[in-house]
Amino acid sequence: MSKDMMAGFELFQPDTLQGAVDLLARYGDEAWALAGGNDSFDWFKDRVKRPSYVVDLTGLTELNGIREMADGGVEIGALTTLTEIENNSLIQGRYSILADAAGRVASPQIRNTGTIGGNLAQDARCWYYRYGVDCYRAGGDTCYADTPEGQNREHCLWGANRCVAVSPSDTAPAMVALDARMHIVGPDGEREVAAEDFFIGPDIDIERMTVLEPGEVLTAIRIPADWAGSTFYFEKVADRNTWDFALVSIAAAMVVEGGNISRIRMAAGAVECVPRRLSVVEQVVTGQPKNEATANLAGQSSVRGATPLNFNHFKIPLLQNLVTRAIRDA
Amino acid sequence: MTDKDSKDGIYPEPQFDRGPIADIASARASRRQFIKGVIASGVVASSAGLMYGCSREEVAASGGVERMLRLTINGETRTVDVLPNETLAMTLRYKLNLTGTKLGCDRGECGACTVLIDDVSTYSCSTLTHMVRGRSITTIEGLESADGTLHPVQQAMIDELGPQCGFCTPGQILSAVALLKSNPSPTRDEVRHALSGNLCRCGAYDHYLNSVMRAAEMA
Repeated sequence: MSKDMMAGFELFQPDTLQGAVDLLARYGDEAWALAGGNDSFDWFKDRVKRPSYVVDLTGLTELNGIREMADGGVEIGALTTLTEIENNSLIQGRYSILADAAGRVASPQIRNTGTIGGNLAQDARCWYYRYGVDCYRAGGDTCYADTPEGQNREHCLWGANRCVAVSPSDTAPAMVALDARMHIVGPDGEREVAAEDFFIGPDIDIERMTVLEPGEVLTAIRIPADWAGSTFYFEKVADRNTWDFALVSIAAAMVVEGGNISRIRMAAGAVECVPRRLSVVEQVVTGQPKNEATANLAGQSSVRGATPLNFNHFKIPLLQNLVTRAIRDA
Repeated sequence: MTDKDSKDGIYPEPQFDRGPIADIASARASRRQFIKGVIASGVVASSAGLMYGCSREEVAASGGVERMLRLTINGETRTVDVLPNETLAMTLRYKLNLTGTKLGCDRGECGACTVLIDDVSTYSCSTLTHMVRGRSITTIEGLESADGTLHPVQQAMIDELGPQCGFCTPGQILSAVALLKSNPSPTRDEVRHALSGNLCRCGAYDHYLNSVMRAAEMA
């Protein structure tokens, strides 16, 4: 079957956020919010998602750009491209972890059109789910990845609950490490949630990965001044350096005073359905000297309780090594 | 290629009302049901309405995009009838006959369809044509000068025997042109990074890097 032409839809290009929210509300389940499109068009071409009404958000200039906030933090419009974030001097200067993470997403061309909002709100990459099978996440009653022969090399170490998919976003762990806040606008008004609460696992709702309700739009990400200019570490390990999603990624923000780690926030990507906040590591290393011994201890403590699937045991030493490096080399 | 404007409209539109695509589309709403629906309710606010033609007034009333677009491609303004669900790669190749833009994977995973939008490298398979209204589009056909002199990157590709089979070359060249516009004297590593979104199944990567480094020296 030819999959090359997307099924037909009606396209709307509103120029105000209110207009977009109204359109999404008007068409409900049949509407789709479109930003860079890198993920959306794959869904459409494969005919796994078939919205009748597509609302192109890219004309909403109010959702674009990087602004300094009064408290010294930074506000990033959700439509800001990953390339803009990677090259922005404010981000590079204060939150280099985010510039590094954005620069490791997919490929240059995808970063040129891919938006931070789309990267954060993207759906699971489990290939069974993407193929369009009736898995739990798609509303069915089976997980095809968590079976004796299921291919689950990329899947989770924690948080399995019928579904074993992981959070695929490279920027999500960085946002959790920076304690960013997500600004959301919907038909019932606006709200703000912490990055850590923005992402949800299958135990809360198996059919979506974020708290975004249908019709809601992620409009901006606000990064508080708390961690500006701290010591950062970001590393993503993937099969290829371009295109591929992380096998494991690590993002850490820490304040080092007199050789001791006085404050730290750390999150790992691609090991759970949400960016995994490594609270145990944070507790273990806080107040400790930033040295090899602390780093090794941090690595060991990071993998406690990991429950591997048939083909992803390698993620345990990989995460341990990344956490060790984050403490030692940051 | 010259006299492009006179060719507008002579290329047949892809046939969307028969074949496998229409079969799939019919699972949702067949043309007959659509026509019945129009007769019954008078409402024209569906994608089928756009595909099979509805007047400007009706589109404007529903708030959807208008199909006739003026696109700036390789410095020329061209008027094209574009479906809402049409990618830029399809418009370029099948409506405007700019077949130098290749379609490899059609999923943003190979880079063969790379074009420049306002001098920024972009996958045209993963961009709706309606999203680039008012922007400046450059394809491989737009790089040579009016007198036929090749762009320095194109010339360097020939001098350094850059391509092997050549299918990915237009995309590789446009990624390189985008890089040299923002960074005229890149290091080899910077070139490697800039071309990392373009696959070459012949594995001629080093030859491409040689070519781009040569182009940077010549310019």
